[in-house]
Amino acid sequence: MGASWGGLEAYTAVLGRLPATLPVPVLLVQHQHPTAGDKLPWLLDTRTAMRVMSAQDKTALEPGCVYVAPPGYHMLVDSDHTVCYSLAAPVNYSRPSIDELFYSAGHVYGHGLLAVILTGANEDGAAGIKYIKQRGGITVAQSPLTAEAQAMPQSAIDTGCVDWVRDLPDIGDFVVEQVFGLQE
Amino acid sequence: MSEEPVAPCQARPGEPPVQVTDEQVNIEDIEIRLLLEAIYQLYGYDFRSYSKASLRRRVMHRLGMSGLPSIMAMTDRVLRDQAFFVTLLNDLTVNVTEMFRDPEFYRAFREEVVPVLKTFPFIKIWHAGCATGEEIYSMAILLEEEGLFDRAMLYATDIDKNVLAAAKKGIYSYAAIKVYSDNYRRAGGKASLADYYTAKYDGVIMDQRLKRNIVFADHDLATDQVFGEMNVIVCRNVLIYFDRDLQQRVFRLFRDSLDMGGYLCLGTKESLRFSGCEEHFEPVVGDLRIFRKRQLMKRDTR
Repeated sequence: MGASWGGLEAYTAVLGRLPATLPVPVLLVQHQHPTAGDKLPWLLDTRTAMRVMSAQDKTALEPGCVYVAPPGYHMLVDSDHTVCYSLAAPVNYSRPSIDELFYSAGHVYGHGLLAVILTGANEDGAAGIKYIKQRGGITVAQSPLTAEAQAMPQSAIDTGCVDWVRDLPDIGDFVVEQVFGLQE
Repeated sequence: MSEEPVAPCQARPGEPPVQVTDEQVNIEDIEIRLLLEAIYQLYGYDFRSYSKASLRRRVMHRLGMSGLPSIMAMTDRVLRDQAFFVTLLNDLTVNVTEMFRDPEFYRAFREEVVPVLKTFPFIKIWHAGCATGEEIYSMAILLEEEGLFDRAMLYATDIDKNVLAAAKKGIYSYAAIKVYSDNYRRAGGKASLADYYTAKYDGVIMDQRLKRNIVFADHDLATDQVFGEMNVIVCRNVLIYFDRDLQQRVFRLFRDSLDMGGYLCLGTKESLRFSGCEEHFEPVVGDLRIFRKRQLMKRDTR
């Protein structure tokens, strides 16, 4: 999942609907200033049944857990399903960048991946959404009308590679439905 | 799912994008391995045990910039065009660094490590993966302010000779210096960062006196050996680019290069948990990743 401006409220709405028993890991990028500190996981952890954390490099991804990209680092998924960080140049003026996460996850998970793009004021994530679609994954965007900032979901939708557009209050349940659908 | 998507909820269908199949992805992975093998065979730089995900992102980034049609074409170019290789090398090694990056680390180093170092007659510090040198000058400044620099020797190593040359010069842009000055203050700096550099052309050059006890040398953590009897090893945000096996090699290298009681300083997202030698270290400032090599009782020696 990726969000920028307005992301805290959006993530609260989405994660709040996800059960502790979700049989997959969730990775999320929220654009933050590099000096923002690592408080977001702690904050989000109080708002969902899942376990939210900022993982150490090389941590193996586990179902039921939410992994938040730390400010200042790109967060990627490695082929052995571990967290991998990088300080490579910002992408779309952002580090962490949603595109970086989406490209790496799309590569590893292919059609077993569901990607959600939420509120935000730039175009980060759109290229990644396209790649995930090319790899056969499921793509979801928050409906721009329910987004605090429309540019990010809108630019993802404009790629023509978003499968589903949903209002913010419905995204959490929709994700659960899709994930359990994928499992079958 | 039984329910069909209904119009308002489904995105406008565009042209379906060209699929990238698992087979294609697998072929790309093979192409990357061949590229790394070519680099190793011709130039001696060993990226074969680097983290696949981040290597791949950087190779794809360079591929996009280069306009070349495929990774194979890039391999061909790397084999025949040294200048192109140097560009790629710079991508692969990610030389992103700052002076006093993570100021709270330097503050903790000052408070927790420096008092112990003051009891030593002579101090050896190794910065492994020093990139363009910002952190080594930060350490030099910190030690100078603590009255320790004259009995310290700092070893700054990196795999990439080009960035080492830049580190040696110690020339940084004004834009960067603005950020560094802020970091320096937050790191507990005792003077002004401007006391340590001279304005030159469109940037600044670090003072010659800071270089008096720094030795720059090329060293590849993936292939080179122990760098002996260090009191402190600083290696921050280098190990994140390695796979677990290479990380374990490097942790053993660090363990064997440190004196008993020597300090190991890692990046804030790096952990000893997967190092294979966690029991050889104890945390000093855990959340800032400052560890100390400890004496093992005979029964827990492995």
